[in-house]
This record gives sequence, C-alpha cells and structure tokens, in this order.
Amino acid sequence: MVANQPEKEHPMPAFGLAARDPSGVLSPFNFSRRATGEKDVKFKVMYCGICHSDLHMIKNEWGTSTYPLVPGHEIVGEVTEVGRQVEKFKVGDRVGVGCMVGSCRSCDNCSNGVENYCPKMILTYAGTYHDGTITYGGYSDVMVCDEHFVVRVPDALPLDAAAPLLCAGITLYSPLRYYGLDKPGIHVGVVGLGGLGHVGVKFAKAMGAKVTVISTSPAKKQEAIERHGADSFLVSRDQEQMQAAMGTLDGIIDTVSAVHPIMPLIGLLKTHGKLVLVGAPEKPLELPVFPLLMGRKIVGGSCIGGMKETQEMLDFAAKHNITADIEVISADYVNTAMQRLEKGDVKYRFVIDVANTLQQA
Amino acid sequence: MAKKSPDEVHPVKAFGWAASDPSGHLSPFSFSRRATGEEDVRFKVLYCGICHSDLHCIKNEWGFSTYPLLPGHEIAGEVTEVGSKVTKVKPGDKVGVGCLVGACHSCDNCTADLENHCPQVIQTYNSIDVDGTMTYGGYSDHMVARERYIVRFPENMPLDAGAPLLCAGITVYSPMKYYGLSEPGMHIAVVGLGGLGHVAVKFAKAFGARVTVVSTSPKKEEEALKRLGADSFLVSTNMDQLKKEQFTLDGIIDTVSAVHPLLPLLGLLKANGKLILVGAPEKPLELPAFSVIMGRKTVAGSNIGGMKETQEMIDFAAKHNITADIEIIKADYLNTAMERLAKGDVRYRFVIDIANSVADIYRETTQRK
Repeated sequence: MVANQPEKEHPMPAFGLAARDPSGVLSPFNFSRRATGEKDVKFKVMYCGICHSDLHMIKNEWGTSTYPLVPGHEIVGEVTEVGRQVEKFKVGDRVGVGCMVGSCRSCDNCSNGVENYCPKMILTYAGTYHDGTITYGGYSDVMVCDEHFVVRVPDALPLDAAAPLLCAGITLYSPLRYYGLDKPGIHVGVVGLGGLGHVGVKFAKAMGAKVTVISTSPAKKQEAIERHGADSFLVSRDQEQMQAAMGTLDGIIDTVSAVHPIMPLIGLLKTHGKLVLVGAPEKPLELPVFPLLMGRKIVGGSCIGGMKETQEMLDFAAKHNITADIEVISADYVNTAMQRLEKGDVKYRFVIDVANTLQQA
Repeated sequence: MAKKSPDEVHPVKAFGWAASDPSGHLSPFSFSRRATGEEDVRFKVLYCGICHSDLHCIKNEWGFSTYPLLPGHEIAGEVTEVGSKVTKVKPGDKVGVGCLVGACHSCDNCTADLENHCPQVIQTYNSIDVDGTMTYGGYSDHMVARERYIVRFPENMPLDAGAPLLCAGITVYSPMKYYGLSEPGMHIAVVGLGGLGHVAVKFAKAFGARVTVVSTSPKKEEEALKRLGADSFLVSTNMDQLKKEQFTLDGIIDTVSAVHPLLPLLGLLKANGKLILVGAPEKPLELPAFSVIMGRKTVAGSNIGGMKETQEMIDFAAKHNITADIEIIKADYLNTAMERLAKGDVRYRFVIDIANSVADIYRETTQRK
C-alpha cells in the first residue's frame, strides 16, 4: 500500500528520509504531521538512533512493511509546542519517543503499564494510527506524539548517546527486571555484543550482576571486558570453553537476531535458569526439551517495555551514567550506515544528527 | 571375579517382570534386594502404575537403558519391616515410592527439598544405587527404599488409583505450583488427555481454575467435559477454533510426548503467559522466537518434584478426592498393555495388580511341583 499524497494528509509540513521499496534505499521524503492535539507534544527532532529493526523494516524482511516507510524509533529532541491538556511537558523540555506511539489504553495490559503488549499497540513507524493514517518515524525533522508515549530525557544524559536507550535500552532493562536477573551477585550472560548487547552489559553491571559476554567473535573479547566492564567472555563456537562454563549462569539475555543453536545456551544455565530472547530471528529456533525438563529451566521472550518502565529505565541510566556507545552520522550517510549495520560494522549504534544535517533538498 | 547374577547380588530374594533387551518384552525375572538398613522401609508391593516412561525405557528410546531393566515408579504397598532409625512409618502402613530412591542430600537442591534436581539423583529403576548396584522398580513383589523416599498414603486414598499420582500426579502438580498457575480463577489449558493430562485436569479444577483441554482427538471431548469436569475443549488441529481463543490463557500444561507445533499453543496465551512442557519428545521442538517475544511469554520445563512436595501433592489429592482413572491388569497382560499404551489405548493409566499376579505365579509354581 502506498500512502496517497503524504504531503497533504495532515496540516503541518514535515520532512524526512523514507524507503520507497524493499531495496531499502532511503531518500528525501516530504510528508506531513497532524496538528498538535490537546494531548499531543510536538518536538523538534535533534537525534535519532538507527536500530537493526529499521534495517529489517526498510527491506520488508518481516513482511509487514508499507511504503513509503520513514523509520526511526530512538528519537530525541526539544519540545516546541504542547496541547492544552498536556501536563507532563512544556516547551524546551528534552524528550524522547521510542517504539510505540499509541495503544488501546483500556485492556489489562494497558492498565498494568505494559502498553507494549497491548494487541492494538501502534508502532512509531509503519503502524496505523487512530485516525487511520500511517505512522512515520524519527528520521524526520519533527515529531508529534501523545503525551502518554513521550518520555523525559534526564539532564544528566547527553541527547545523542541517550537516543538508543529508547529501544535498545528498554529492550534489555525490562527483561533483566521482569525475569529477576537484577539482583546483586547474580551471574548473567549476554549473547551478542552489538547495539542491544553492549547496553545490556552496562545495565546488568549497574544492577550488580557478574556478566559474561557470549559471542561468536573472539575479537570482541577485549572491548567486552575493558570497555564495557564484562567480567568474562565465552566464544560460543569453542566447545571446550562452553563445556567448562556449563551450569554457571542464572540467566542469559540473547540479543542475536539470526537463527542460532540455543541448546548450548540452555546448557550454560544453572538449574532454574532463564534464557530470555530479545533478538528476533525470522525462522524458528530448535528447542531441545530434555534440558528444560531436567533443570526446570525456561526460555522466555521480551519486547521493549511499557511507558512507565521506559521512563524508569532512563532515570536509572542517568543515575548510573549509562549511555550507548555511538557513531554520530550525517543524514546523507544513512544508506552507507545501513550497509555497515548489515555487516555488524558499528561500535555500537549509529545516531543520525538530524537537527544539523537533515535538510530539505 | 565372575559377575553375580541378579538374584545373588543382595541377600533377600525378589521377583518381578523385566525386559532383557530393547524389544521391550517383559518376562518373569528373579533378582534380589538388599536387607533392610537402618533408614530403610521394606514393603510388599500391592499395585504399580504403568507410566509411559516405562515404555520408553524398556525399548531404550532415550538411549540410556541397561538390561535387564525392571521398570515401575508408581509403586504402592504395605510396610512389612522398618529399619531402626525409621520414624515416618511402621509395619502395616500404606506407602508408596515414586521416581526417586536416592540423592546426595547435601547440595543446594537437596537442601531445598528438590532431590529431583540433585546431580547425583538415583532413580527408582535403571540407575546405579549408592552401593554400586542396579536399581529395580515396582513391577516386583516387594521394594526397599530409604525413609526419605517413602510417601505415606492417607487413609482415604485407594492404593490402586492413588499409585499413578506418584509420577503422573507430581509431574503436573509441581509446575502448576511453581509457575504460579494454581491460583483460583486462572484459565489453564491441558494439552493431551492421557495419563498426565487427565490428572492435570483434576488438579487444575481443584485449584479453582477454568480448564480447557486441547487434544488432537475430537472423540475425547465428551469425556473431558462430562467425566473429568473440564470447562471447554479445543481440537488442536482446528486452526479456526484456536484462533478464536487467542490471548485467553494464563498457562498451558503440555503433556504431549511426541513432537508437535508450539506456535498455535503460544498464540492461546495472554501476555506473560506460560507454556509448561512436561512431556518429553525425543527430538527438538520448533520455537518461533516472535511468539515468545510478543507478549513476553515463556516456555518452561518441569520434571516430577521433590519428596516434600510429592507428599504434599498426595495429601492435597486425598483432601480433594483426586485419584487416577485406571484399568487394573494382571502381570500376564503386561506386554499387551504396553502395546495398547503405545497407541494411547487406555483410560487413562494401567495399574498392575502386583499382589495377585505374584500369587498367581506362586500358585502355578506350587501346582507344577
């Protein structure tokens, strides 16, 4: 489905970068945003993180994309206007928007602060808003969003390095809390040292855990330990190392988005251990049942977090000086960045300097 | 030194039915059991349930069977002798033994009453006991077990229909408690209506849950609803039915021991819902990551329970009049029973009338003289 005349859909002109088709090539795109409603917050976008989901979506790898597609769900900026009923924010505030911009607000999930699990949750981009229009994300100059789905970026956090926390951060913070892997002294494994993984190590360490990074690349060991503070490192293809570490972990957060064997990971868990999947391979994984039964272990999933928890996560990050490790790029570098992201060639998140470099042609 | 034959290993003669090779054919078997030690309880076996694990083991389907293999871990009987340090039971008491007969008693798991997770756990059959000898299970005339592994049967619990609870019962009771699926008002599904499944329905109803049975056989619906008290029934291959029930369940107890798709089951769960696997397919299952990520769902395993919880389960069952639905057989029917079990042709557990089967053998032997 192609949006009809995106420039005329809403009253306020906007400009961004959109993919037009599954080639995923991003190019300048004129569109429009709704007028600031009574409960809306409008903000000038300063920075937007590039999440691997953006790459999956521009190429329609999950089969859910509609074009033109403006990605970006790690969006930070400065408030320029607030609707009459907005209570939490005022002009000039530093704010952010993550992966969702709406939900039903009445189901059990919404009432329990987990809007992310609402069956009618509306994604920040490539979703369908309450007014029937397609949502466009943060690779754009301005955002308008319902106050409920806006978070405050604490003053202690620099905007650019805080942006990735809005997806990567909450994606790791939430399961560490929910699955009880946030107690001091717990031994947690983080599989994959990319955008999600490196933030996961930082949060887990701040929560008092002993952290082991599990990766296919021996080359990442030094960074993992010296730069991110991991306590140890396992090369997942090294059978001897993996065997020696069996039954040592209370939990594992698995950030890997490609199909991979999880049996060795289940083996690393202690009895009652938990393997939590946050990376989303498109094809099913092989689940060996005996090891789950014998050790009463679990394999669980997690998908971002609710709005309350997202704010809590940012406040926690500010308190513990946690930000993402980023490479700031200009808007015209975005297609090259996507190619590098596909090869994992980034330490560890690209962030687009929207305010300074996204310009109308 | 020549290897001792099974009836010479220990001082007390015993008799039972064992498989001698992976054909799984069970035949009379003379062996021996140890003398009653200080902490031991000796009992005459009256009944023994036939668990599907027995079938897997006699045919070496899991690859770790040692022959001769004498199965049976749903054993009920009457105490004949107790060791000097035993305080839990006395001769004449009705007791049972389930899947475990030993553990290290000093690791974290044992200290937490989770002997079933002890790395040195000793199973009731096909395991090596602390004295280095093979353990033989309950398809036999009598048992000796350490006091810690003896379960007391409450007065009002019939031994024949209570025996299967020692494996099937604890297998479903434990995860319902551990995973928080035993609160009144929850909506729970039980997948598979066999030995484990039918007991799971009874426990779930006793916990106050609304229970849906999920099965491949539409024919089981009437039984599920009318006889077992389930509230609703879904045919697992009927995708339309399953789709209508999406996001309705707090938890699922999956008792199916064959490979089967998890995707439609995960779809039935609410956010934060739990799919508990208690059946043991030999091959891996397919886990679609999106199905657990969306909705923060979990797939978990569980394997029987510790001794404290097993006693708690039996006491709970007695209080709520929960027993297994059984078909009593004599030992001469054993091999036929195994064939029927392989096809799921039993409602819902075979139980061997051991005492009378042994009496038959004795009668035959004396008549031949």
